[in-house]
Amino acid sequence: MADLPWPIPPEMRAEDPDLYHFNPYLDRPKIEWPDGAKVAFWVAPNVEFYELHPPRGPARSSWFRPEPDVLHYGIRDYGNRVGFWRMADLLDELGITASISLNVAVLDHFPEIGKAMTDRGWELFSHGVYNTRYQYAMSEEQERGFIRHVAETIHRHSGQTLAGWLSPALTNTPRTMDLLAEEGIRYTLDLFHDDQPQPVKVRSGRLVSLPYSLETNDWTALHTTGGTPRQYAETIKAQFDQLYAEGAESGTVMCVPLHPWMIGYPHRVAPLADALAYCMGHEAVWHATGREIAGWYLDRYHDAELSRLRGMAGDA
Amino acid sequence: MAVHPSYLDYPLRKRGMDHEHYTFRRHGEHPRMVWPDGARVALWLVPIVEFFPLNMEDGPFAVPGGMGRPYPDYWNYTLRDYGNRVGLARVFKVLDARGLKASVAFNARAAERYPYWVDQTIARGWEVMAHGWDMNHVHRAEWDRAFEETVTRRSVETLRRLSGQPVQGWLSPANALSDNTTHLVAAAGCRYTADWVNDELPYEMSTDSGPLWSMPLGHELSDIRLITGYNQRAEAWAEQVIDAFDFLHHEAGEAGGRLLALPLHPWVIGVPHRIGRLAAVLDHIMDRQGVWCATGAEILDVAGGKQS
Repeated sequence: MADLPWPIPPEMRAEDPDLYHFNPYLDRPKIEWPDGAKVAFWVAPNVEFYELHPPRGPARSSWFRPEPDVLHYGIRDYGNRVGFWRMADLLDELGITASISLNVAVLDHFPEIGKAMTDRGWELFSHGVYNTRYQYAMSEEQERGFIRHVAETIHRHSGQTLAGWLSPALTNTPRTMDLLAEEGIRYTLDLFHDDQPQPVKVRSGRLVSLPYSLETNDWTALHTTGGTPRQYAETIKAQFDQLYAEGAESGTVMCVPLHPWMIGYPHRVAPLADALAYCMGHEAVWHATGREIAGWYLDRYHDAELSRLRGMAGDA
Repeated sequence: MAVHPSYLDYPLRKRGMDHEHYTFRRHGEHPRMVWPDGARVALWLVPIVEFFPLNMEDGPFAVPGGMGRPYPDYWNYTLRDYGNRVGLARVFKVLDARGLKASVAFNARAAERYPYWVDQTIARGWEVMAHGWDMNHVHRAEWDRAFEETVTRRSVETLRRLSGQPVQGWLSPANALSDNTTHLVAAAGCRYTADWVNDELPYEMSTDSGPLWSMPLGHELSDIRLITGYNQRAEAWAEQVIDAFDFLHHEAGEAGGRLLALPLHPWVIGVPHRIGRLAAVLDHIMDRQGVWCATGAEILDVAGGKQS
């Protein structure tokens, strides 16, 4: 792919991202999770650092208000000072192994948070460096270097091999998925088109899209839609009930994406605890990490499913 | 396309914060808070008295509660003014009926225009806090330091003159700051700021004018956030405040005193159909053992040592 201008001009924009095949939910090969589980259930907290004065990028401002946006900076900083620790206690109580969507600069700013995560055996996946540094407009060389830098940072701090990617603040270039696959990343969370893992069309290598969620996401539930914490808990339970029922036919994935700077507040912990305990209390639920779900799917289903979809679409 | 190389450079990526206003401190590693009589939760009520001029300008952002309609915006002007005539009276009565106290944060212009409420505040032995000049003077990066210093000092001094109190606490109008604001609040002789909502307990900041305490006045339970921002009903606001209190009361059992800070905008919470929810919330809280209702300065006396 040749280097693109930014912003990408209308004549270079595609009407379809061309990242996956049409694949109706009614007729699919059955997915079986370990031990006959119906749902792969995973919890993905976003551990983030928002800079008080980020550099001005080519896209949008990082803040709601002109800088310094102390109000919103304070709310996000609360996540690292207070919310993270409450969330960690809660996940410990419930026996949940988290998969962390990590701004890797957190490891440098707050090594105590890094240690708390690795001590617990949590998976660390990429959410970029800062949540105020976007992938938009990077050249191919820059974006590849960015991916490598994040992978190297996570490996250096935790010994883990980076497996998953949620772009910082969900910002992409049209080549992000190709580069992730080429750099050995196994799963992306940037696509919201399905409730089961799906192969991603990449120019070389393999990449699977795992269901993350902007529906059971605390940000959407509590901020975008302005719901209450108890309403959020009901949303999580309803989502779980449906995916659990459907999972009797073919395995589904349910993700609960969190932000310590949202759910660590005193009025939100108990409703979240209630909802997570509800999900954890069911039989036939695979309590998994993102890496485990992606690995299971890649090992057993990805290649056959991609061949089937290519055949249906008449792809070469 | 490419981003500027500096966009991939991270000069402040090092241990601690990306600024020098305060250092990192994780929840649980603060000194154990021991409130009077072994209370579990300190309750800090902060009614906010604002003046939104009818002719206020478009500021650096849309100020919540500002004049959003063409001049003369009687709609918004009078709804805000309702708070300073009727709503605040209801809030005071609810607190009086329960023997509670408050730190009342005044725009200096609101105090000048309505010294009645300053008198009512000091007559009750409550605290007067500074809330800047007025809602047309939202602190911002474009202000030069000398101008902002004048606005800050004049705000505090006006309130000192009108109240006869030392005026130790500061809250910026609309929670908006420049990079200089926190320094200038200390320079104006304040002892604490409520602007940095990153914690639930007081902590010490450093400024050009020496130490300043941070007394976070949390925003996530604010009536303006939940009721006017998210369009939630007062019942939902009350439910969340009660859930927060119950959680803190429980957490305090093993971890030491906790602080529940509650901003109250009289034009929001003081209307007839909502005021009962404030009363119910306060009844729930005060029915529990181990609650200490205090002013910000009193809480800081305990949390940060007596003022020398």
